[in-house]
Amino acid sequence: MKLQISTRLAIFAVLELTAREDRQLSVAEIGEKFGVSSHHLAKVMHVMGRAGLVRSIRGAGGGYQFAGNVRRTTLLDVAQLFEDLSSIERRTEAIDATPEGQTLSEVLNEIDDIARATLGSITIATMRKLIDRRETGRARPRNPPRRTRDASRAPKLKAITLFRGPDQQ
Amino acid sequence: MPVRRVQAADIPHVITLDTRVTRLPKAEYWYEIFRQYGEQRRHERFFLVAENPMDRADSRLLGFIIGEIRAWEFGSAPCGWVFALSVEPKMRLHGIGSALLEAISGEFKKAGVGKMRTMVARDGRLPLLFFRSEGMIAGPYIQLEKDLD
Repeated sequence: MKLQISTRLAIFAVLELTAREDRQLSVAEIGEKFGVSSHHLAKVMHVMGRAGLVRSIRGAGGGYQFAGNVRRTTLLDVAQLFEDLSSIERRTEAIDATPEGQTLSEVLNEIDDIARATLGSITIATMRKLIDRRETGRARPRNPPRRTRDASRAPKLKAITLFRGPDQQ
Repeated sequence: MPVRRVQAADIPHVITLDTRVTRLPKAEYWYEIFRQYGEQRRHERFFLVAENPMDRADSRLLGFIIGEIRAWEFGSAPCGWVFALSVEPKMRLHGIGSALLEAISGEFKKAGVGKMRTMVARDGRLPLLFFRSEGMIAGPYIQLEKDLD
């Protein structure tokens, strides 16, 4: 899956703003970190400001601050400001009404559903955690992989279908 | 927060919590699960509970998690499967789910497996957010299904 450059900039900017609590940064500072033009980034920040994800602080030392909840805001919340992630029928040509066209649409919708579920399941806090883990991993050599058990000793177990999530009603 | 193996005396509390969460009482089922996962093959089956340190009678149990080591199904090497996790609704976002998951991860590791799996409904936003926040990512399998006419 490819994301628009605006989406990627928006995600990078949010991650940068949330790297430390109450952090505020200018467009120039964020742009410099990722080597992108302030002009493009300013437009991206403006869109996120309108959506309430960031707020701009005026005055000396001002800049942008993250205005959302890092444990609630997901990559989907950011991405859908810049991408069309809907599964609504996008083509209206005659061929799309054929069985072939409809079957292809079903397959494409399946892909869209998975993409949306994935982006919607990762919060900014989770992204920060993953980034921190990656940075820590770089600094420290990884543990060698653990041994798995001998196949001949492995039990035959029945399939289980029960699942209850921690927050499911 | 103390996390330990389930005991017979916990089952009424498990039933109360499960009924509150699912609104579907199934006492018989839970006693059977206790028999299978609390008493048998304890080296590869784990039924853990998080206790309320305040030990208040009305909410003695804060949550539970159940999992087991399964091997060679779908061509998979032995791995730990978490198939049930429930947390007292009023006590969510207090790290109870994380403590339970960490405890069962420890049990899986002690048993010699290096991978843990679970399955979440694609639209189950909160469980998905939870497991993702714990570092779980999409695995190498895709679940497929069809309607049986």
